[in-house]
Amino acid sequence: MDTTPQFLGRNVFDLDDYSAEEILYILEAAKGMKEINLREYKKIPTLRGKTICTLFVENSTRTRMSFELAASRLSADVVSFQASVSALQKGESLQDTVYTLDAMGIDLYCIRHSSPGSPQLVHKYSGKPVINGGDGRHAHPTQALLDIFSIWEKLGSLDGLKVTIVGDILNSRVVRSNLIGMKKLGAQVTVCGPKTLMPGSMEEIYGCRVEYDLKTALSDADVVMGLRMQLERQTEGLFPSLEEYSKHYVLSKDTIQWAKHDALIMHPGPMNRGIEILPEIADGTQSIIVEQVANGVAIRMALMFLILGGKA
Amino acid sequence: MKTLVKNGKAYIDGKFTSVNILIEDDKIIKIAPKFTAEADQTIDAKGCHIFPGFVDLHAHLRDPGQTYKEDIISGTRSAAKGGFTTVCTMPNTEPVIDNIAAVEYVQRRAKDLGSCKVHVIGAITKKLEGAEISEMATMKNGGIVAVSDDGKCVQNARLMLSCMKYASNFNIPVIIHPEDYNMAGKGQIHGGRVASQLGFSGIPALAEEIIIARDIMLAENSKCQLHVAHISSAKALKLVKEAKDDGLPVTCEVTPHHLVLNEDACLTFDTNTKMKPPLRAEKDRQALVTALREGLIDCVATDHAPHADFEKEREFDHAPFGIIGFETAFPVLYTELVLKDQLSLERLVEVMSLAPAKLLHLGDKSLAEGNAADLVIVDLKAKTEVLPETTLSKSKNSPWMGKTLQSSIKHTICGGRITWEA
Ligand SMILES: [Zn+2]
Repeated sequence: MDTTPQFLGRNVFDLDDYSAEEILYILEAAKGMKEINLREYKKIPTLRGKTICTLFVENSTRTRMSFELAASRLSADVVSFQASVSALQKGESLQDTVYTLDAMGIDLYCIRHSSPGSPQLVHKYSGKPVINGGDGRHAHPTQALLDIFSIWEKLGSLDGLKVTIVGDILNSRVVRSNLIGMKKLGAQVTVCGPKTLMPGSMEEIYGCRVEYDLKTALSDADVVMGLRMQLERQTEGLFPSLEEYSKHYVLSKDTIQWAKHDALIMHPGPMNRGIEILPEIADGTQSIIVEQVANGVAIRMALMFLILGGKA
Repeated sequence: MKTLVKNGKAYIDGKFTSVNILIEDDKIIKIAPKFTAEADQTIDAKGCHIFPGFVDLHAHLRDPGQTYKEDIISGTRSAAKGGFTTVCTMPNTEPVIDNIAAVEYVQRRAKDLGSCKVHVIGAITKKLEGAEISEMATMKNGGIVAVSDDGKCVQNARLMLSCMKYASNFNIPVIIHPEDYNMAGKGQIHGGRVASQLGFSGIPALAEEIIIARDIMLAENSKCQLHVAHISSAKALKLVKEAKDDGLPVTCEVTPHHLVLNEDACLTFDTNTKMKPPLRAEKDRQALVTALREGLIDCVATDHAPHADFEKEREFDHAPFGIIGFETAFPVLYTELVLKDQLSLERLVEVMSLAPAKLLHLGDKSLAEGNAADLVIVDLKAKTEVLPETTLSKSKNSPWMGKTLQSSIKHTICGGRITWEA
């Protein structure tokens, strides 16, 4: 690396704004943060005096807790704002909300919103850096970074790895960000699911491989990631039943043997055990699903640290 | 009252000729090279082009009911600034223009306070609900030039057939906003590559094409004059071509934004790239330009759709569809199509003035002695800066806001009256 990547004051809308070098730099920083999380006293004073706001306009207790825990481990003050989309529709606009929060002296926003592009709006209204904690079906860069970190930590590199992601690709922001990040680090990604849950032009946009047949998709994979299958897609007319979905796309002992024998098993959660993944696999020896959660805190700490210019 | 417009190059009989034009009251009384005449005022159009006043078949003036977005005064001033002398208003106001009293309200307001001629388009169905036929014959007697449920689309094919039969009975053209609601779903942008990338629910071109195919069949059955509003996809053009080849009375219009922008514009999440139909793929855009050049598309229409800042300045999913268009229509198309050799200046003038007027039977709008003095004087060498402060529409929702475009509308003269002067 010729120059140290610059992170101060940057937004994390998605991973397309970050080079492979920068992503690797974030992974290294997260490794350091992970060590702190293993200490008995899990707190460093680096962001003392800084205020981080979690602005969640779509419910996600898991992600919000991960951001807030990351902020407090770095000794930042945390302001938590939660609203339902319907409340924000009827009452105060997102613009008004951000103006109000900004008056409180926020240094960094972490936002979750059902509408794609909302993190960009928060940045536009506040002028402050924004970390996207998931915007609609668009992007979820911190989840992708923690997924990438989990693989990188286990296998040392993503270069040349075959990663297969199975499930509801259409509705997954996790997939979109992972496709961008993993490609930058040299992985070959295959996405797999029924045609009705597969967006168009995936090959053209992401340079990935699209497969509708699980066996073909899993063949020779180094990493296999399952995605949450939601019952509501059934009422949207996208597939007939969870049973039929499961029959064709479940990750089980039987299907996972099509991948490499030591393939890593991942899932961004929350899982539907028995639908897209069987417990024998989710809780098996190849699974790194629990570690993904722990790595989420480390990744978010690293980003906050780098963006707010924390002192090491 | 006499006005002499001298030294301009006027669009007459399909070409540009250096002439002087003498206007008396609301009529052109003389067109000839280099003559002089006594006049109360003289406009020197040296270095400028003179076109027949622009005609817009598709605009939303929001009056009555949503006058915080636009009203007849601001809307027609905005139109005049864009070089328009005739504008047709869509009936999706509050209340809906679905009865003679509402028609007369718009006509009276426009006559008393407007800066251009306004023709009313009445609703196809009462309250645009797609359930019962509106009193279109009575509205026709009151002066409507067409019917449309624009913004909405009659979903019931049997009812639509009935509406078209009824309209043809009274020689009323039917303008459709082709959109199959189920197919469009909760779509925000074109159901293509960019929707996949940004995670938006898409509006597939099929939503438009299915209704166009249906309504062409209904037009054939009912012998109704059918005009397709804001056509946007390559396949939709094929359907219209087939209908025209079959000799059916089917026409279509295209907006400046569909001719110049494609789905990539949405990558910025600018809500001024959100409209219906959505900005489509580049191949669709190219097909539209070709079709306009070759005559398959009959005319340009703005679909001027004002929305207030507080409505557009929000999350993309929650912003309303539509953009304003009067003041940028000509400069955008001149800059992006004529200067890039995609369209001739002559064709652009034709599809913005004479062609739309002919289509809705609004009379001969050409620059000729005895005709109404509706004309626009344009300096093609000057520039137009699109700024909120200088935009005359009450709303500023334009993807060209902040941009500088080539050409500038210097004067607009409507019925002999100067309605815009730069
Ligand atoms: Zn429309």
